[in-house]
Amino acid sequence: MKKILTLLLIFVMCITIMTGCSNGGDDNTLYVYCFGDYFDPELIEEFEERTGYEVVVDYFDTNEEMYPVIQNNSAQYDVICASDYMIEKLIAEDLLSELDFDNIPNAVNITSNIKTMIDDFDPGMKYSIPHTWGTYGIMYNKSMVKDEITSWNDLWDKKYEGQIVMPNSLRESYMIAAKIIGYSINTTDEAQLKKMTDLLTTQKPLVYSFANDNARELMIGESAALAVINSGEIIYSKEYNEDLEYIIPKEGTEVWTDCWAITKSVQNKEAAEAWINFMLDGDVAETNFEYLTYAIPNKEIDDLVDEPVLNPSNSVLAKCETLKNLGPEGDDLYSKYWKQYKAE
Amino acid sequence: MKKTFKGLYLALIVFFLYLPIFTLMVLSFNEGKTMNAWVGFSLKWYEEMFNNRQIMEALGNTFTIAFWSATIATIVGTIACIGINAMGEKKKSIIMGLNNIPLLNADIVIGISLMLTFLMFGISLNYGTVLFSHITFCLPYVILSVMPKFKQLQNLTYEAALDLGATPVYAFFKVVLPDIMPGIISGFLLAFTMSVDDFVITHFTRGAGINTISTLIYSQVKVGIRPTLYALSTVIFVIVLVVLIAINIMSNKKKEKNI
Amino acid sequence: MNKKQLFSGPFLAFILCGTLVPLGVIAFYGLTDRSGAFTVDNILSIATPEHAEALLLSLGLALISTVICLLLAFPLGLILKDSKLGQKGFMVFIFILPMWMNFLLRTMAWQVLLEKNGVINNVLGAIGLPALEIINTPAAVVLGMVYDYLPFMILPIYNALIKIDKNVIEAAYDLGANYRQVLSKVIIPLSLPGIVSGVTMVFVPSLTTFAVSNILGGGKVNLIGNIIEQEFTTSFNWNLGAGLSLVMMIFIIISMALIEKFDRNGEGNLI
Repeated sequence: MKKILTLLLIFVMCITIMTGCSNGGDDNTLYVYCFGDYFDPELIEEFEERTGYEVVVDYFDTNEEMYPVIQNNSAQYDVICASDYMIEKLIAEDLLSELDFDNIPNAVNITSNIKTMIDDFDPGMKYSIPHTWGTYGIMYNKSMVKDEITSWNDLWDKKYEGQIVMPNSLRESYMIAAKIIGYSINTTDEAQLKKMTDLLTTQKPLVYSFANDNARELMIGESAALAVINSGEIIYSKEYNEDLEYIIPKEGTEVWTDCWAITKSVQNKEAAEAWINFMLDGDVAETNFEYLTYAIPNKEIDDLVDEPVLNPSNSVLAKCETLKNLGPEGDDLYSKYWKQYKAE
Repeated sequence: MKKTFKGLYLALIVFFLYLPIFTLMVLSFNEGKTMNAWVGFSLKWYEEMFNNRQIMEALGNTFTIAFWSATIATIVGTIACIGINAMGEKKKSIIMGLNNIPLLNADIVIGISLMLTFLMFGISLNYGTVLFSHITFCLPYVILSVMPKFKQLQNLTYEAALDLGATPVYAFFKVVLPDIMPGIISGFLLAFTMSVDDFVITHFTRGAGINTISTLIYSQVKVGIRPTLYALSTVIFVIVLVVLIAINIMSNKKKEKNI
Repeated sequence: MNKKQLFSGPFLAFILCGTLVPLGVIAFYGLTDRSGAFTVDNILSIATPEHAEALLLSLGLALISTVICLLLAFPLGLILKDSKLGQKGFMVFIFILPMWMNFLLRTMAWQVLLEKNGVINNVLGAIGLPALEIINTPAAVVLGMVYDYLPFMILPIYNALIKIDKNVIEAAYDLGANYRQVLSKVIIPLSLPGIVSGVTMVFVPSLTTFAVSNILGGGKVNLIGNIIEQEFTTSFNWNLGAGLSLVMMIFIIISMALIEKFDRNGEGNLI
């Protein structure tokens, strides 16, 4: 047993030496807080070479995980990446710094249709710069689903019992019900919520599983025939399973934008703006698009992202809505009904 | 007949425990990025792993945090056992009850409560807060491993050593320590393993730029975990396995020699 | 106060700063609402149907997993005790080793194996057996719990078993006991501390888990752990999450008190 210990010690020492204990935070360091694997990691080195700043990147999985860290300022980050409704919440709570567009000349590359969407949560685009965007829709397998899928109502078709993957997130689930009935996806009316819960409950027996990240894997592996999924997943999924298709239901859907923003407690604002400016560069956007396969709203790569599902027409977008921050009471109400729905 | 049945049962349990691990190892050689389709054999994820600065940093953090937290927890825990052992029954059971709290608490509650506590006292999160949190949840495992050894300890030998003129410190190192050593080692190993495997507590108590393998894995859930992390897990696993087998062979040889 | 007792000082300091104070913080959150006013609503909300159902389901699944682990681990412990397979350290390592592969990755691997069109079903289909349809059901969650926590049951039981003096067992045989009697009158009573700590180590994490139910339950199996996690991570109601955690802790303390009754010696041995 003593030997095990000795060897373990040596093993640890080796790894420590191998990787080196790098953690020197000085003025030249930029701290980035972003969804995991949300840009090509090779770009970090390119940015460092171009600007001379040193970059430390940290990852999180959901907006909600990131929020308490920023709110309590428990770890100091300069640049963060967050979704639309979270940006709105952060602005409302005065946790973001206004951007100085003189330092972000590449902002001219932002496509015009995305700007109207940003107005929904960041009027005038003062605090945030879009990184990726997309819609929620239905992915289906042509060889398993014979009918044409056009509507959210197709998810209520008894034929597909045990073959449907629904999102395991509260807001997206209620978005579907709201679009079918014709409510706003940001409603906080209790009667409407109750009705939506009833509607979702009737569909629950048909569901194979509730999944977010894993939905595309289930579709690629053909364990499910239909899945509610975000548009960024289709290019990737099709690469592994040619039968997969993605549609935006005719009732309209949720459109989402993930944005870069600078925190209030920023230590190195110039570096932060340089980072955002770098991300808007045409070549960088292309690298990211190829790495992520999520749509990137950059004029320079418009011809690359010309798939209709990734770049829906304005008439489709007219029927779409952005998720909004509901406030504590709204959150509690949704949470209450969601738990009832899940407990059924 | 009975022997084959026993062997079969053992093999089945080991198979059950190692089946998912084997699956991940196979997937780490899959050329594709998906878990659900075999595209072709490839070593590209291994190559990517060694060239990825983030992964290498996370690897370093994981093992230094595990090493220091397990070491400190083992020292503090072992010393504490001397103290607890000298206490009366009532005090002892209160302390053992307190010791059980971190074991009984959900990880997320420990993580969030620690984060809130650090913030309340104005301590900004960094490497140190992660280390402190890891020591806190490793300690109970050390206590639970070492305490029983003290119970089995013959107090008489220690007292005999004192009677023969040994100082208490000398007697502790010469008489007590060898007896409780197995408990200390298993406590250390368990603490080390728990620290390596932890995600939730690290997530809430880490500062900017501090990632462990676990936090790296969880953060990739949104866009799908890259097989580089399967490759990394496979490498760690194989190293530990090889070390273990080597030790086993070495000590078996030694035994044979002694006979 | 004996001088020796002072040795536990650093440990008590860690318990105070790392466990008791944070626990106080959680209790504070659990007993206040968002505005900071005192309330017991968060605690009482356990009685609402959606929370109570989740708690009952959690208790049920944790109990089933614990029993299965015990039934698997005890015979295994007996086999290992008699076998000549290497020395003690090696056997222990075989069962700790899986923990070196990240917990989330291992659980996700089960998903790949169990999926409707997954590896196991493809193998079963190829040899003409009916498909195994347990993914996204409580059965899959139980499987995941048994898988993840079985080592915690095996180790303490094994450690208790190898400590039993062989002479005691032989004496029992010499006095005319048959195998069954030896098992029930000698081996099981003497290994009770190991069983108790094994049961604790499996029951508690099974009761509080949220990751296993999320991954293998396909979001259809809603445990109390999932609800607490959701309050902290998506619903922004930390007060309710803290209140429910307090309730969960009370349930754990009650269960532990019941289990400890069997363990006369105070504490079992984990290793």
